[in-house]
Amino acid sequence: MSVAVSIEQVEKRFGRLKALDGVSLQIDEGEFFGLLGPNGAGKTTLISCLAGLVRPDAGRLSVLGRDVVADYRAARTLLGIVPQELVFDPFFSVRETLRIQSGYFGIRNNDDWIDEILANLDLTSRADTNMRRLSGGMKRRVLVAQALVHKPPVIVLDEPTAGVDVELRQGLWQFVQRLNREGHTVILTTHYLEEAEALCGRIAMLKQGRVVALDTTSNLLARFAGHTLSVCLADNALLPEPLRGRATLSEGRWVFRLAGFAEIEPLLRTLREAGCGIDDLRLTQADLEDVFVGVMQGENDRESGKVADVSR
Amino acid sequence: MIGFRTLLYKELLRFWKVGFQTVAAPVLSALLYLLIFSHVLDEHVLVNGVRYAAFLIPGLVMMSLVQNAFANSSSSLIQSKITGSVVFVLLPPISYVEFFLAYVVAAVLRGLMVGLGVLVVTSWFAPLTYVAPLWILAFAILGGGILGAFGMIAGIWADKFDQLAGFQNFLIMPLTMLSGVFYSIHSLPQFWQQVSHLNPVFYMIDGFRYGFFGVSDVPPETSLIVVGASFLVVSVATLMLLRSGYKLRS
Repeated sequence: MSVAVSIEQVEKRFGRLKALDGVSLQIDEGEFFGLLGPNGAGKTTLISCLAGLVRPDAGRLSVLGRDVVADYRAARTLLGIVPQELVFDPFFSVRETLRIQSGYFGIRNNDDWIDEILANLDLTSRADTNMRRLSGGMKRRVLVAQALVHKPPVIVLDEPTAGVDVELRQGLWQFVQRLNREGHTVILTTHYLEEAEALCGRIAMLKQGRVVALDTTSNLLARFAGHTLSVCLADNALLPEPLRGRATLSEGRWVFRLAGFAEIEPLLRTLREAGCGIDDLRLTQADLEDVFVGVMQGENDRESGKVADVSR
Repeated sequence: MIGFRTLLYKELLRFWKVGFQTVAAPVLSALLYLLIFSHVLDEHVLVNGVRYAAFLIPGLVMMSLVQNAFANSSSSLIQSKITGSVVFVLLPPISYVEFFLAYVVAAVLRGLMVGLGVLVVTSWFAPLTYVAPLWILAFAILGGGILGAFGMIAGIWADKFDQLAGFQNFLIMPLTMLSGVFYSIHSLPQFWQQVSHLNPVFYMIDGFRYGFFGVSDVPPETSLIVVGASFLVVSVATLMLLRSGYKLRS
């Protein structure tokens, strides 16, 4: 399998802010790859570097072996980018917008494919509507359609489901998953962690311009989080002394992160011996949100010198 | 090549969709200038042996042409920058030379369309001659090209509409209004004649007018050299700006 996107030691500064601090990633052809991180982590800057919208201060980026600076025409032809901002050209209808976008990529008479995209994104009835008259969700779908007019082998979606209703989101993901099955490489940034968990085979987490975690989704879930046990104590009692420091209080529940099931019995015994009644108890498998919080928290602690490396 | 043609088509479609504002309105403005000035002055003034209304028409045509060429590229760029839709032309494999050519050709074509409109509606009011049509065409295209390219610089530089309006009102308007549209610079005091010679728009209008009447304030060859050189300088500056990615690619 060849490399779809290669990012090597990319650095970018905006004034005093170091937006990217030596980011290296390799994304294989056919992957569904997630790029996660809090606001300001550098996700959009990294994607903008790939798209040629931002010029990196150092490092190299290439798409299917084509350098995004030296061979920018080839690289851009191979990329389809859905920008994060909800932008549109108010002068044109949906179909005009897509025909124009096809022309920018050197494609004429693209109506068959445009019709297919419109149908898949449930936009057929709006094809001749002016962009200004579309709802936010529909504008977002047109942005997706624009990124696909030239059938790019690598598709980058920068938070494509922000402001899109649930039904539409499902439809969009089915379409993108189909494209992925057909061989397109998909790179996704999202704030919806459950989305990344459901869709992405591999995930990189960014923080302050650095990659702080990079692994398959299943490995990340297994490595970091394990299970959590949340306990609601009777009469809002405090935790007995030996357990303090092991749990965090969240919405009236004490949450324990478990490395294994063997930890459960001793924990309950300690509660019983301390005379704590239990109103409610839940055992949940960790999700990506836990991983995310764990990694980001670990990074914070590492920066302040408290805890050892959790980001492997 | 298809990229360039599509971008050009998009730019033409953009102003054509709002043609009432981008073509009809400037034609009407020019017509009003002609009605007012020719009403007041036509009976009394001869310029270089030409009746005032006839003298005024080529000036108005050229003024409208260059102002609209500037308005086209500058407003298109700032609108797409402010709405963010400029990203649609930055993501595809379009080179900066294609980018430049598409915007400048669109600006020239809008300028020519407005200029032709002004010529058609104003020529009812005074008999015109067309002594040297090629000179007319050369100055029209070069003039539109200079202001079209200049409009790109302004559109790229400006971050807000009021910055662009400042550019338009405090630079383009004085340069065009004080370029000999309404008078021959020979009627000016010596000092202001010298100042007018520093204004490239003066040469555009003087050379353009030569094409109609065969008379001009300076030899048309001189005007062509100045206008051609100005086009070259502004074009190179715009291309350098585009290549550097200034305010378009950070």
